[in-house]
Amino acid sequence: MTIAPKPGGVEFRNVSRRYGAVVAVDNVSFVVDPGTLVTLLGPSGCGKTTTLRMIAGLESASSGTIMIGGKDVTRLPATDRNVTMVFQSYALFPHMTVLENVGFGLEVSPLSRSEREARSSEGLRLVGLAGYEKRLPSELSGGQQQRVAVARALVLEPEVLLFDEPLSNLDAKLRRRMRDDIRDLQRSLGLTSVYVTHDQEEALAVSDRIIVMNRAVIAQEGSPRDLYQRPADRFVADFIGGANLIDGVVTGRDGPTATVRVGAMTLDVQAPGIATGDVVVAVRPQAIRVEPVASDATLEVTVRKATYLGSHMEYALDSAVGELFAVDQDVSRAVSTGSLAHVRFDPRGIALVGR
Amino acid sequence: MNRSHVLWLVAAWLGFAVLPWHVPSSRFAHEVPWPSGLMLSLTGAEPWLVPIALVLVLPAMALAAEGIGRANLLVASGCAGLVALLAQGFLVGLDGWAFAALDEAFGAVEGQAGLGLGALVTAFALLFLLTTGLAGRGAMKGDRFTTGAIGLVVSSILVFVFFPVAHILAGAATPDGDMSGMAAFVARLTAADIWSLACLAGEGRCGVAWTSVFVATLTGIVTTLLGLAFALVATRTNFPFKRALRLLTVLPIITPPFVIGLAVILLFGRNGTVTLALSDWFGLTSTRWIYGLPGILLTQALAFTPIAFLVMVGIVQGISPSMEEAAQTLRADRWRTFRRVTWPLLRPGLANAFLIGFIESLADFGNPLVLGGNYEVLSTKIFYAVVGAQHDPGRAAALAIVLLSLCIGAFMAQRLWLGRRSYTTMSGKGDAGLPAALPGWLKASIYAVALPWAAFTFLLYVLILFGGFVVNWGRDNSFTLRHYETGFGLAWGEHGLQWTGRAWNSLFTTLEIAAVSAPLTAGMGLLTAYLLVRQRFAGQGAFEFMTLLSFAIPGTVIGVSYILAYNEPPVELTGTAVILVLCFIFRNMPVSIRAGVAAMSQIDRSLDECALTLRSGSARTVRRVIIPLLRPAIVAALVYSFVRAITSVSAVIFLVSARHDLATSYIVGRVEAGDFGLAIAYSSVLIVLMGLGILFIQWIVGERRLSRRSSADLKPFKVTA
Repeated sequence: MTIAPKPGGVEFRNVSRRYGAVVAVDNVSFVVDPGTLVTLLGPSGCGKTTTLRMIAGLESASSGTIMIGGKDVTRLPATDRNVTMVFQSYALFPHMTVLENVGFGLEVSPLSRSEREARSSEGLRLVGLAGYEKRLPSELSGGQQQRVAVARALVLEPEVLLFDEPLSNLDAKLRRRMRDDIRDLQRSLGLTSVYVTHDQEEALAVSDRIIVMNRAVIAQEGSPRDLYQRPADRFVADFIGGANLIDGVVTGRDGPTATVRVGAMTLDVQAPGIATGDVVVAVRPQAIRVEPVASDATLEVTVRKATYLGSHMEYALDSAVGELFAVDQDVSRAVSTGSLAHVRFDPRGIALVGR
Repeated sequence: MNRSHVLWLVAAWLGFAVLPWHVPSSRFAHEVPWPSGLMLSLTGAEPWLVPIALVLVLPAMALAAEGIGRANLLVASGCAGLVALLAQGFLVGLDGWAFAALDEAFGAVEGQAGLGLGALVTAFALLFLLTTGLAGRGAMKGDRFTTGAIGLVVSSILVFVFFPVAHILAGAATPDGDMSGMAAFVARLTAADIWSLACLAGEGRCGVAWTSVFVATLTGIVTTLLGLAFALVATRTNFPFKRALRLLTVLPIITPPFVIGLAVILLFGRNGTVTLALSDWFGLTSTRWIYGLPGILLTQALAFTPIAFLVMVGIVQGISPSMEEAAQTLRADRWRTFRRVTWPLLRPGLANAFLIGFIESLADFGNPLVLGGNYEVLSTKIFYAVVGAQHDPGRAAALAIVLLSLCIGAFMAQRLWLGRRSYTTMSGKGDAGLPAALPGWLKASIYAVALPWAAFTFLLYVLILFGGFVVNWGRDNSFTLRHYETGFGLAWGEHGLQWTGRAWNSLFTTLEIAAVSAPLTAGMGLLTAYLLVRQRFAGQGAFEFMTLLSFAIPGTVIGVSYILAYNEPPVELTGTAVILVLCFIFRNMPVSIRAGVAAMSQIDRSLDECALTLRSGSARTVRRVIIPLLRPAIVAALVYSFVRAITSVSAVIFLVSARHDLATSYIVGRVEAGDFGLAIAYSSVLIVLMGLGILFIQWIVGERRLSRRSSADLKPFKVTA
């Protein structure tokens, strides 16, 4: 028996969720295409988990319309939606065996007992846990429990599979492996998935598209590359990849290239769609290079703190344009704490956002 | 929605068209051959039932409708049906229209008996049609089980807690002689024997409200201090017999409240051991000094110290040792650590324990009844106003209002004021470290207080167990089995085994009623706990407050309110076993709610949510996921509901009848008649029975903290989203 989900799309139209005076999700609209993995990314309290729970039907929308697979499900309870979820805590039923856990959702289906067990076993095989059927959840490691939770959600062949911070309870090494496994499984089965995380690196690694949320609204949405290279505002610039945010002025432009003045420096940056005037210049830490000699394109800095991290150096720098945080791969040219230095900004690691 | 719609529609018509609408009554032997609601309205015998018949057509029509239209129809028919049902019940009493104006408008009618099985089934069906409709409209995310559960719990609390309590207000306002209702209400509530302060001026007695508050305050202080001493012994010393102290906390659960009073009489009564010894050795004349304030205070201190102990142990253990260690590293000595850190952290707990002792003392009925003598407190005065020669329900109601206000006032103070001031540091993180040692003299004094007190308590229980084997305590101390024979005699007659003992009847009734009410109590309590912990809905705060408030109502008040409310139609229950069962359910629900809340809070919410996303409805989630995980809590709730039903006396003493007498009220009757031998023998039997029950449950569930009354640890459970 094979597991072949029929992926459906998700659409939010002007959805809000209010708790009394508190607005958890404010007039949010987005579309998740069938067969893609979309991540809801944001700091805690931004409304991403509430959004996910509204897709599942565990929270009801205060206003707006939620569509799944082209059908309006706004008023449909969780039980009646063709959506399953992998919980942060895995939520395995402690009193049932692995097989019973995986088969729990199938019990209400018209399948016979043997068909249910065959389907459950197939689900366990997919996540690499064949042979663990008779174990209790307490007899599994964290990563194995995670896999059981995924199998349990898969066997129902959901239109949409939701992940609520699925890796947050795993250690760093396992996290990297699980996220690759989840991505492979999603691709090979053609699942529609919505994935919630607060870890931007995880989001960049697994997503087709990322929806960045901040303070109950969508801050920006796009492919991982879009978000990193063309952040829409200073929040996104800082949240994804981290950035030094410096005030600058766009003095002119030539096609997609804008000329921007930062302190005493003038830089040419690829920034289509940014008008002349005041901007925020987001400089990635990796784009700040320590130079041996001063020039027109360098900025004088005082090294407040230099940290040796083996593969690279981290610097906290004081400059005329404010404090800077820099990551320099060139360990051989390290400068020491308290010394004067010169830095250059690499235009490829710079994004301009409106002020 | 379809299935439950049809189910409840059928039930509604079953109740209305098939089952007898009224309770059986000789007075209304209708000519109608089949006295269902439908027949009564069709034959014109009770035309006021016609609106119900008309409303019941609506949900049938709704079957044809779809979606939101159908849901709206169901809500409308549920509401209209319940209103029609209640209206006719209240408007037409035993003697016709309840209001004279209706006589003129519609002409005189014959009257009707109370609502019966048919009406009950119809009412439930209408309620669930209403909640099904609400779910269809999207309430509780469209979950029929949850809306139904909320409807059930709210309406039963309204009908069986708030409706009777409202009757007290009405009862206190019944016109008296030529006084109007309002004037009588004011006169009763401001009566001199309630509020007089004459004793302060040295002339006569103070009002019963003041004497009750006085006793309650003293009891509160004494139990709090004793409780603190025990808690410190149990947690901050290396006392070798801590498990024995734990036993102390189990005793109040298995002991009917007045038994301590009996034991005290055995020691200090006119023929008490101590009294006789003193008169032998020192020639002191034996007096009745123990009857009155000293007796009440002593027995209440004995009875409620274990509860204060439970509260204080929680508080003392809640103080993180690392705080005291921090104080010590800051160069504080033992005494300074205790005075500046430990004691301030204890203070809110002390206030909490005091208020609990205060409420317990106010609500206590058994001990003042046995030992009060001429010293009157509210609970006994209410009792005598109802059953005594005075028989004045109006006065009883007024006294009940005063008692209820005092209890609820203290309860609110505890909830609202202390609820937020708890400093207990339960972080969930493992808190390593050793609590600070107590200053030497403090340790010595708590030992000096706690250990003799504990020994005294155990001595009293030993006396109770022995007292039943003595012919006449103090006068004739020879061994006898007479009391047990009188109470629990068995004989072989021509019809086989005969239960000749006088106590069998009440014991069997007690066990039977306790057995019937226990599962219902546990069910209602756990359902309420489920709604409190697991669901979020508009008005949940009010719902929580409502369930909590019903805990604060003293048993005597419940008893009086039940006789006032269920004595006549529409709900006629006096003298039946049903009223006892209902009383137990709503008196003992708090225990199950607490067990359920505690257990459910430990089950991760994502388990239910996960089940929901796996296409399992709320009802199936409860059955397959929550109940299996809650099994220990369910067993505990069952057994404790059972035990409490057997040991409670304050409410049921008003509700028992010759046919349905209960063990506790039978024993109180024996005490009042001066027949101590049988009373003590019977009490011992109950204690041993309950003790075995508790051992059984401990064996099944493992050690758990339990207490006799709801208020024992009313730590506000956090409702977190």
